[in-house]
Amino acid sequence: MAATEFTLDDLKRILLQGAGAAEGVDLDGDILDTDFEELGYESLALLETGGRIEREYGIRLDEDQLVEADTPQALIALVNATLAPAGQAA
Amino acid sequence: MSGRVVVTGLGVAAPNGVGAADYWAAARNGTSGIGRLSRFDPSGYPARLAGEITGFDADAHLPSRLVPQTDRMTQIALVSADCALADAGVRPGELPDYDMGVVTAGASGGFEFGQGELRNLWSKGGQHVSAYQSFAWFYAVNSGQISIRNGMRGPSGVLVSDQAGGLDAVAQARRHIRGGTRLIVSGGVDASLCPWGWVAQLASGRLSTSDDPRRGYLPFDAAACGHVPGEGGALLVMEPLESARQRQAPQVYGEIAGYGATFDPKPGSGRAPALQRAIEVALEDADTEPGGIGAVFADAAALPALDRIESEAVTKVFGPRGVPVTAPKVLTGRLNSGGAPLDLATALLAVRDGVIPPTPHVTPAEEYDIDLVGSEPRRSALRAALVVARGHGGFNSAVVVRACAG
Repeated sequence: MAATEFTLDDLKRILLQGAGAAEGVDLDGDILDTDFEELGYESLALLETGGRIEREYGIRLDEDQLVEADTPQALIALVNATLAPAGQAA
Repeated sequence: MSGRVVVTGLGVAAPNGVGAADYWAAARNGTSGIGRLSRFDPSGYPARLAGEITGFDADAHLPSRLVPQTDRMTQIALVSADCALADAGVRPGELPDYDMGVVTAGASGGFEFGQGELRNLWSKGGQHVSAYQSFAWFYAVNSGQISIRNGMRGPSGVLVSDQAGGLDAVAQARRHIRGGTRLIVSGGVDASLCPWGWVAQLASGRLSTSDDPRRGYLPFDAAACGHVPGEGGALLVMEPLESARQRQAPQVYGEIAGYGATFDPKPGSGRAPALQRAIEVALEDADTEPGGIGAVFADAAALPALDRIESEAVTKVFGPRGVPVTAPKVLTGRLNSGGAPLDLATALLAVRDGVIPPTPHVTPAEEYDIDLVGSEPRRSALRAALVVARGHGGFNSAVVVRACAG
């Protein structure tokens, strides 16, 4: 069975569910390397997003690494790195 | 500075009307917003009547960033604050952040949001609790969210004294304005019509168990049997009179002219209740004789012992049947911290239009020597009105609003 992959679309879906989107921000634009802060998400919104990802994918994200993941690219990489060993174990 | 603090904008959300104009038409016409609770099935509960706001769509009025992090009461408060600021002709972005503050009252915090997250906690575990629970159920959350949304970073806070809190908040806002703040959004909105909020209110032992929307909440009536809870309230834009005139505010509804607050003696102490003194202090603060007050908006507890205390206080200050007394809240239910600000808005509109709104369905018991405005509105050239509010546990507050000449 192929390991689950966490994509930008997954992140956008979860961001919208948990925190909505700031006015004037287009999540469908080229946002991979844009700071979350610039996208209108403060630390609490990212905490909520991290919690939702953990629940949906059955993983635990490292708290320090979650705080340091300040762009969609970095957060997607963190989630996939956390998913990979879990996938191998299964 | 004259120290005169006025209201220049109203934002109203009530069970019988959202928006000041719709609400005021309903209050004058005696249109009720009370009915059987519909937000959850109340059939297993001793109380089943409520004043609900129907058709409020948070998504239509608020950015999607705010909706997932706010309780219903905060969503209603944010929209009401927007309405009040627009009504006052104020664009917050044009004023310095620290010249504007927010002081609201809160009686319960965000109960519906809190109920959902506590359910997640006990049924699924801590990982399932929203990060926004950290503030969404706070007493101060409405002040905080209004402050953030509008960039108001001046003196702000929350007052918690049950139904009296709405008046205490407005008085605190007046203090800040007299201290130099140019504009404060004040008042209160509560909305706890979820099972947890319902049980919490039932614990007061003061809820009506009637199923008849017309007979459920009858203050000063021989059939008084407790109150019907409701949701909503009002937010007011307050500023110094000079400032309002200088910026040519679209209207000045009136002045927050006097305020008094007292606390009842310990039950069983034998000492007299302190409501009368709160009224007297408010009149003194407004520098007015009882004869200057054209209407009293009663707290209207609808429990015989409390109705007696209020009617005696009014009679002692104003004389037997000495002033028209009204309770438009029989059409909305008691709104906790939103109740008194809604009464303030109503009193200001009554002064503006020269109409005292009615108290439908109530026939005052013979023992009360008050002139209760009946089922029809009453024409009156009133210049000032008194709003009375009491909070569970002994809080008594009173505010005088007065027309501003010129």
